[in-house]
Amino acid sequence: MRLRRGPALSSYFWLGVGALYFIVPLFATFLFSLNKNSTGKCCTLDSYSWVIHNGDFWHTLRVSLLLAVETIVISLLLFVPTIYWVHLKVPRLRPVIAFLALIPFVVPPIIMVVGLLKVYKGTPDWFYAKPWGFLAAAYVILAFPYTFFSLDAGFRAIDVHTLTEASQSLGASWPTTLLKVILPNIRAAALSAAFLTLAVVLGEFTIANLAAFHTFPIFLQYVNETQAYPAAALTLMSFGLTWLAMLSLLLVGRKRGGSRGVVGGAR
Amino acid sequence: MLGAFKAKDGSWTTENIRLLVHSPYIDAFKTSIEVSTVTALIGGLVGLGIAYAAIREGTPRWVRSAFTTFSGVAANFGGIPLAFAFIATLGSIGIVTTFLREHLGINIYEHGFNLFSQTGVEIVYLYFQLPLMILVIAPAIDGLRQEWREAASNLGASSWQFWRYVGLPVLMPSILGAVILLFGNAFAAYATAYGLTSGAVNLVPIVIGAYYSGNVLDNPHIAQALAFGMFVVLAVMMLLYIPLNRRAARWAK
Repeated sequence: MRLRRGPALSSYFWLGVGALYFIVPLFATFLFSLNKNSTGKCCTLDSYSWVIHNGDFWHTLRVSLLLAVETIVISLLLFVPTIYWVHLKVPRLRPVIAFLALIPFVVPPIIMVVGLLKVYKGTPDWFYAKPWGFLAAAYVILAFPYTFFSLDAGFRAIDVHTLTEASQSLGASWPTTLLKVILPNIRAAALSAAFLTLAVVLGEFTIANLAAFHTFPIFLQYVNETQAYPAAALTLMSFGLTWLAMLSLLLVGRKRGGSRGVVGGAR
Repeated sequence: MLGAFKAKDGSWTTENIRLLVHSPYIDAFKTSIEVSTVTALIGGLVGLGIAYAAIREGTPRWVRSAFTTFSGVAANFGGIPLAFAFIATLGSIGIVTTFLREHLGINIYEHGFNLFSQTGVEIVYLYFQLPLMILVIAPAIDGLRQEWREAASNLGASSWQFWRYVGLPVLMPSILGAVILLFGNAFAAYATAYGLTSGAVNLVPIVIGAYYSGNVLDNPHIAQALAFGMFVVLAVMMLLYIPLNRRAARWAK
């Protein structure tokens, strides 16, 4: 057996196949978005201006972004103290929580929404009929694995015990310890949890559709069915949003060796 | 979940579950399992090839980071936008379709190709299956140590012998685990298939979705029974995955 130095011939083949499969649909979508609505021929930016001047676009995008922010805030408020506590006092519970974090794999959105619609039936209107209630609750559950694995990695990278003892012996209260000592140390992990959640919420279609809420992906689907060329422009913008969230994640991760990219999101 | 075992009047029954193994619901499960198996196997195989080509010695470093970064993004690029990207590419007026027709004289739609069919769904699913495979298998390939290759080489092993007796046995648990993950990933997907076919392909999630959009079914417990059926399949997958994952961890650095 000879150990080669340069890239092997078969490598070119596989990498070529991969690159083609990844790039062609995106490039085709781009060309498609430049077509003129009336003639179906290249080239015009009409599709993009159609999107930008569409009220529903801004409205649903705003709903989705606000939802993402709400989900991130609730998740961090809930799970930062919880995971801190688990690492500090009851490390025995860590595997249990890690197991819970695998559940969304066995209970994907399509199953989850069936259960949620049943469980939350009969809750007050401000919760059941508003995205800020029902959807946010669902998304906190959906984003839990991402939040957990990011934060868990963050907490494992720091010495929780020493930091806490140092802070306490200097007379800090629990809230002060958490806010001024622990939080700055897991900032990178919290940020990557936030970016992952953002990507998940911005792309989530299943639950929003079955529970009849109007979020950004729902608008996208509506345009897909009615306006071919603007839909291509919108698709690219949506892809751009995912890129932005994931690249921010990678940048944050690189700085502090935080968590690596995780997969999931909108299927 | 308990709703799966209730009749319309609220009494307990296994009737809904019994219905699952009969037409038309069993067909939905068959189609779903078929699509998931096909995309998991092809995605697993091709993904492995790409990942190995990107990681192996000799390939420039930037190629590897380009592929893993892109995979991180593409694995999260699913659902409606993905479906539309393929409609714009291979749909009846898609860019590639038009190109083939006008410049090469091939009309793929006349040769039996249809994007809005089971094959179409499989092609589109591969777009997130491949990157997922690359992401999941990359650490395992990293774990294949250069020294093992050199040792095998010094002992006179051919490249084929290295793979047959060292490489594949070490990688096998990781590969099987990854393929199971891919299966679950495709099995649970709803948005992509919905965006592509608006429900024309008979997958389990699509059938569940059709109930909640207010047509087709009159018994709400059928949807819950279907969800329960999916849950059982995925739970079995998980039970297979956990020991494989543990086995794969043995060679981790």
